[in-house]
Amino acid sequence: MTKLHKTPMIVGLFGLLVCAVLLELAVSFGWVMEIIVPRPTDTVLSFPTLQEDMDLVGNFFVTLGMTAAATGLALLIGLPFGYFLYRREEYGIAYEGWLAAAFSTPIVLLYPLFLVLFGRNHLTLILMGCIPGAIPIAIQTRQGLLGVSKTLLNVGRSFNVSEGDMFRKIMLPSAVPTIFTGIRIGVMYTLVNIVAIEYLIDFGGLGRIVSQMYDNFSIPETYAAIAAVILVSAFFYWGFGRIERWLRPV
Amino acid sequence: MADILQIKNVSKTYDADGDNPVHALDGVDLNIAEGEFVSIIGPSGCGKSTLFNIIGGLIDDHDGEVLIDGREVDGAHKDVGVVFQEESTFPWRSTLDNVAFPLEVEGIDKAEREETARKFIQLVGLEGFENHFPAQLSGGMKQRTAVARTLAYEPRIMLMDEPFGALDEQTRMLLGDKMLEIWAALNQTMLLITHNITEAVQLSDRVVVMSYRPGIIKEIIPVDLPRPRTSEVIATPEFGTYVGKLWTLLREEASRGMAEAEASIAAR
Repeated sequence: MTKLHKTPMIVGLFGLLVCAVLLELAVSFGWVMEIIVPRPTDTVLSFPTLQEDMDLVGNFFVTLGMTAAATGLALLIGLPFGYFLYRREEYGIAYEGWLAAAFSTPIVLLYPLFLVLFGRNHLTLILMGCIPGAIPIAIQTRQGLLGVSKTLLNVGRSFNVSEGDMFRKIMLPSAVPTIFTGIRIGVMYTLVNIVAIEYLIDFGGLGRIVSQMYDNFSIPETYAAIAAVILVSAFFYWGFGRIERWLRPV
Repeated sequence: MADILQIKNVSKTYDADGDNPVHALDGVDLNIAEGEFVSIIGPSGCGKSTLFNIIGGLIDDHDGEVLIDGREVDGAHKDVGVVFQEESTFPWRSTLDNVAFPLEVEGIDKAEREETARKFIQLVGLEGFENHFPAQLSGGMKQRTAVARTLAYEPRIMLMDEPFGALDEQTRMLLGDKMLEIWAALNQTMLLITHNITEAVQLSDRVVVMSYRPGIIKEIIPVDLPRPRTSEVIATPEFGTYVGKLWTLLREEASRGMAEAEASIAAR
């Protein structure tokens, strides 16, 4: 790992540590009620209990797997649909506004409908997670392809580049940063929706643990489960960052 | 020497069926001999870039003919390589991969294309920067990368649309010297589009002066300065005479272009 990569990581961990110490002091001095926010040390110490009682690690992988499946489905839908909206300008203009509007609606509230249609199972989680993920991916794919420099396209044309090579070697790498912005937004919304549905229907992974611990007034355990959700999010953010750098190193 | 490129009665009107047709070119005739360095100069709006795009095969719907070795060309052509005015290197590719790009899309194997790319990188003076990305290079180095990439395509005619237009004057002159070295080394036919009079005189065998819209060839000035030539030639009285002559021809056209642009702004 280079110094350039190490330094932000150290700075980030240090900032987290400082926040935890300040919170620990705030709770100790009674500035923050312990019944609302636990001490960070209590949250850390609750992990073994949570693992023993609720299989935290297993549920971590359930939520991670559900998010991965929903994101995969969102990519399968969002990328080709975004490309279609780019190729067919009339559809792009017609639907982009509607897609943006749909993205801002709380799709999670449709969970009763999905429960009726698909039942209380993993399929419901994956489908409800994939919808808010696919929308930003489609929008950003279209925007990324629209933003490809005309000069770069003319470079390709001047070298008699085939349509396939034009897409693979010029348009796609050029659009990668914008498309990955959409993917990152998409995966975050997917995760939020999956955890929310797990919480609401008391089924699945980390959202179910948060729900049960909250109902039991086990505040440190609730926060420990939320911390595990943050780890799922960090994993996807890191993973897609790696894929983006692999596809486009600069 | 035989003509490699013939431009016959080429005209182009934008928005021909619309309310405001723009007559960019009107009956342009020009012959370029093999190995010749020709500059086309004119005021903004004279159709230089339109002519460039027609020769490069980037505009198809025009009147008249573009012939290479007597054969009409339609669309992009292997014999014509293009260097653009705007930033055109691929930001996600290293200098080596940028220069090797045309060979890669032609299906040439990696070892061979990298060897060829290194040869042209050396020719434009970028050895040592093979693994640098465009973001790590200066504007002049990026344009040299673009020049090397086009040279790697091994076109018989190299078209350059103000390739150094965005660079400062000193860098532009030094890169002009580099272009002359490359031209001499490869005996490459070069067609430069520019609005810089000194650049045109410094580099060219002939300078084609175009009128303001619709673009027609107003005059062709042969530049009889000794070769091999470097930027030091600008200190000679003969150079000044050519610059003065070209400015006299261009002044009226540039004034007309400026007046029309101002009238267009006032009418909005």
